[in-house]
Formats: sequence, structure tokens, C-alpha cells
Amino acid sequence: MKKVSILLLVLIMVSATILGCSSNTGNGDTEKTVTAGFIYVGPVNDGGYTTAHDNGRKYMEEKLGTKVKTIYKENVPEDKGEVVKAIREMVDQGATIIFATSFGHMDGVMEAAKEFPEVKFAHCSGYQTAENVTNYFGRMYQARYLSGIVAGMKTQSNKIAYVAAFPIPEVIRGINAFTLGAKSVNPEVQVLVRWTNTWYDPASEKAAAEALLAEGCDVTAQHQDSTATMVAAEEAGAFSIGYNTNASKAVPKAYLTAPLWNWGIYYVKAVQEVIDGTWTNTPYWGGMDEEIVGLDTLTALAPEGAQAKVDEAQKKIISKEWDVFTGPIKNQTGEVVVKEGDKMLDQDMLSFDWFVEGVVGTIPASN
Amino acid sequence: MSMIISFLSATVQAGTPLLFATVGEIFSQKVGNLNLGLEGMMMMGAVTGFIVGYNTGNPILAVIAAALAGAAGALIYAFLTVTLKTNQEVTGLTLTIFGAGYASFVGNSMVGLKLADNITAFYAKTPFPLFSQIPFLGDIFFKQSVFVYFSYFTVIVLGILLYKTKYGLNLRMVGENPAAADASGINVAGYKYFYILLGGALSGLGGAFLSLVYIPVWQENITAGKGWIAVALVIFATWNPYRAVVGAYFFGGLDIIGFRLQKFSIPIPIYIIDMLPYLATIAVLILMSIKRSRENKAPASLGRAYFREER
Repeated sequence: MKKVSILLLVLIMVSATILGCSSNTGNGDTEKTVTAGFIYVGPVNDGGYTTAHDNGRKYMEEKLGTKVKTIYKENVPEDKGEVVKAIREMVDQGATIIFATSFGHMDGVMEAAKEFPEVKFAHCSGYQTAENVTNYFGRMYQARYLSGIVAGMKTQSNKIAYVAAFPIPEVIRGINAFTLGAKSVNPEVQVLVRWTNTWYDPASEKAAAEALLAEGCDVTAQHQDSTATMVAAEEAGAFSIGYNTNASKAVPKAYLTAPLWNWGIYYVKAVQEVIDGTWTNTPYWGGMDEEIVGLDTLTALAPEGAQAKVDEAQKKIISKEWDVFTGPIKNQTGEVVVKEGDKMLDQDMLSFDWFVEGVVGTIPASN
Repeated sequence: MSMIISFLSATVQAGTPLLFATVGEIFSQKVGNLNLGLEGMMMMGAVTGFIVGYNTGNPILAVIAAALAGAAGALIYAFLTVTLKTNQEVTGLTLTIFGAGYASFVGNSMVGLKLADNITAFYAKTPFPLFSQIPFLGDIFFKQSVFVYFSYFTVIVLGILLYKTKYGLNLRMVGENPAAADASGINVAGYKYFYILLGGALSGLGGAFLSLVYIPVWQENITAGKGWIAVALVIFATWNPYRAVVGAYFFGGLDIIGFRLQKFSIPIPIYIIDMLPYLATIAVLILMSIKRSRENKAPASLGRAYFREER
């Protein structure tokens, strides 16, 4: 009995000391660490979309140093329950801001945001917001326009293949911008579109590309996360525009350039705002001027004079004197949709559901 | 016409990985072992073949390594299900997960790298002497990669083994009635091990076709569910390697036909086309149960461990 009471006494004294200490350090240390969580749709080494996001995470860690701790979860399916589960795990680990990087994570984010009102959420490429939910994206269409210039100058058959994932506004916007870019240097050009209904499935992507190459395309572009389209192009002796990452090692005989993401720019900005307490739910849609998107360096295979044309267009876009979707723009039936001199509004671009003139393909009716 | 030939020729390519995996699984199931780890073994074969090909630059070594890797995966499965008599379904599923993890882990530093030109040249489409002169069929079947020719050869050899030799009879007996096979002096465990490993090796080859021939740039999850389609194909082919050829090209063709049809703007949702292989499998299952032909049925001991003591 005596022993127990002594032990208790010791315990009380020890805990009092620890508590005292910790409150002391708490007063002295004003800098707090933010934990940022990242939800990825694919593996970090997919060599494409998720790799680009993960490079952004690393860039942010490097920039903000000890002020931030990051955690991530790979291969989170675009399924509400799975997303909520991943978010709960992250909140358990102390995350106060969570980035969900794929379109299909949206429902899960909205659900979890209600459960954790004190946690901040940023959802990539979505359109829903709440008190503690914002969304973020980049004006990838600007870089796609530039890549269209390169493709339009390169093609001999005037037929360009475009392997596309899903008929959603993001992808349609990219196809339209690419086509406008190609037509700006080559009015004869046609862009043939094939839907794969998957972001990442190398075999399907290649099969779609092969179908287009068999129809006479000699340059390929893609809104897909693997290099399979470019592999098909190289095998057929055609040329390719990539996406997300430099593919000059994978397809040295085909690679021209690629529109690239630089997500780190946004991640630094968002986390810094959380640290400073200035975070708001205003959606972010940065462009080439903020360097969140850009075109890869052109390879030696790119056509002569393409660099000058690209630089010229890039300058106009960055200076904001002109943007890609400035009229006149015609739709597939030749009808003028955006009048001369008009600029398309962001909300119209974010709900794109029609193709511009020069695109060969249809947008399947949504369910 | 050229569009049709180009489509059918692409069909053979799309069907080849399925064909290897399906024939492999048929032999595994013929000795009574349902191995759901096809997807995992395909990935192990794909990544190992790629790494060996990348590091040695030797197309033959790459293929051998892929087959050995698939067989190694199957060895784990065989040891667990034949020797330790664990549940076959669960063991197969864990093998799938293991194989996917192995491929991600080992292939991590390979992502985006490309095989040397001599390998891609070796596996590029080369007309088969004489046969490629046959009109229409020659263009479809005999202007392919050597890997595809090897798949024809494999099916023929294994078909003869299964139906025309003593060993084929024995192996079918092991799958139908292991107790009777045991009583007649057949080494049941030996047969099971051998054909499960053969199945694994063929699955590994199926994976290697994807990483060495179809897309010679390493990427994550290159099989993308093809192993599961092969499991359905075994039933579709009613455990017959010759019918597996028809099935594999049929499923392979359905896999890519959507991209060719989009050109004509036919208002069929792509999801319907994606459903077709599975609807066809269900139809075959129904037909089988109506016909009740013994030849078309699953091996009688499929999925059950053999305990000698319970004879």
C-alpha cells in the first residue's frame, strides 16, 4: 500500500513537471507546423499526372521547410467512400489542409468537409465549394494551344490524332485550345478525337492511338496519363505531343514537346495562406503568367520556326492582351459562337460542351 | 478492306496476352487448382521481363526471365495450396495483390524508361515466310511479332499434350478425380506442381508481351485487369486451349473495337461494348449448364484440396 502511494506521488510530480515544461515551450514557440495531406488517384511514380502533383508536393516542402509536414495516400479511387476514408485517416494524423487531386474525388471531399469543418480542403479540377472547400486548377488550355502550334506545323497529312480520356469540360477545353493553336498556323488541319473512358490504361490508350494512326494521322496528342499514345506514334513513324511530363527518353524518335503542370506554385501559395491565417475558399485558376502551366522545351524534331511562333503566342497570353478563346470562334457546323473580339468567360470555359471547327469527333451525350 | 485487316491484325495483338494467360490458367485448372492470381503473375512477368531486357539488351533472356518470374509466383501459390492445402481462392487473390506490389516496387526506378532498339526491332512485326503470302489471313495472322507466332506454337503443342498424350490423360485425371489418379500410381502433387508452374510461366509470358512488345516503355499497372478477363475466358473457352484462341481474339477484339467504331459516330455507349465480353461469358455458362456435356464442364475437383487420408 505504501509503495503504491509513493508511486502515485512520483507520477503526479512527473506529470506536473512535464505539463509545466510543455506549456512553457508552447508560450515561447510562436511558429506552428501545418500538416498538409495529398490524395492521389494514381501511384506517385505513374510518370504522368500523379507524379506531377507529387513533384508539386516536394517543391512545396522544399520551399516552406520546417513550417510544413506533408502526408499523402496513393491510388485513392474516385469513389465517395474511399475518399472519405482516406480523409479521416489524414485528419487523424493531424492534417489541417487536404488536397484532393482528381476530379472524381469531389463527392468524397464535399462529404468529409461537413464532417470536419475545421479542416480546409482544396479540390483539383472540380466546381463545388463550401465554407471550408475551395477548388484549384490551371489554365492548361494555354499550354495546349502552344502545343497545337507545334503539331499544326509538323503535320504533313493535316490529320492530327487526339487520344482523350473523358468527355468532360476540362478535356473538351483542351482539345479546342489545341485545335485553335494548330489551325492558327495551318488552317487545313483536322484533329481526330478518340475517347478511351479512362485516365490511365496503357493498352487501351495505345489501341485508340493505333486506330487514329490507321486513319492517316501523322502527329498525336493526348489527354491521357501514360506514354502509350506516343509509343504507338513512334512505332508508326509518326510524331507526338505528350502531356504532364517530358517523354524524350521514352520516345526519342517521336517526342516534340508537351504541355506541363507545375503544381508546386499553387501548393506553396495555399499552405502559406493557411500558415498566415489568410486562407479563403476563393477558387484558384492560375495561368501561364504564374507558371503553373507551361510548354516543355521543344526537341530537335520540332519543325523549324515553331519556337518563334510559340514564343509570340506565349508573350501575348502572358501579357493578357489576348487569350486562347478570343473570337471569332466557330463551332463544328461553322456557326460563329464567340464573336470577333469577345473573350470567353471563365464560367463558359469551365462548362465547355461543344467542339470548335476543325475537330473531327463527337461528344457523347452525358448520362 | 484495309481498315478491316488493320482492325483484325490489331485484334490478334490485343488478344495475345489474354491467350497466354488463359491457356496457362486452363492447365492450372485442369489439375484442379483455381488460381485467381493471374493478374499478379502477369505483372511479375511483365516487370521482370522488362528489367532483364533493359539491363541485358537480350530479347530471349527477357522472355525466359518473365516466364520464370510467373512460375515463381505460381510456386508460392502451389506450395500453399497443394502442400499446405490452403483455400485456393484466397491464396490466388493474395497472389494478385502480391504481384501488383512486387511490380510497383521493383519497377519503381524503371518508370518511363524504354527498351533498347534491338529488342523492339526483334519483336517488331515480321512477315512469316510463305504463310504471310496467304491473302487476307496472311495479313492478319502472319504479319505479326515473333512473340505472336510463339503463342500459336504454344497452343498447338499444349493442345496435343492435353488431348493426344498419356501425360495429358493423367493430368486431366488428376483434376477430375485425384483419389483415382493417386490409386493408379500417378504422382498427384507432382502433376499439380508442374502444371500450376506451367500456368504461371504462361501468365508471365502474357505480361511480358505487354511490356516487351505492345508497350516497350515501363509503366505502372500495365496489365490493367487483363488477368481477370483471362479468368472469365477460361470458362468461355470451356477449359479447351483451342477454344481459348477464339475467345482471346474475340475478347481482344471487343476491347479495341470501340475505338474503331467511334469514327462512324454510332450511338452505342462505349460501356455497352465493354460489357459484351462478360455477357458472352454468362451466355456460355448458361449454354454449358443446358447442354450438360461432360467435355465442357469444369474439372470435378476444381477448387478442392486433395487429402490423401480422406480417400
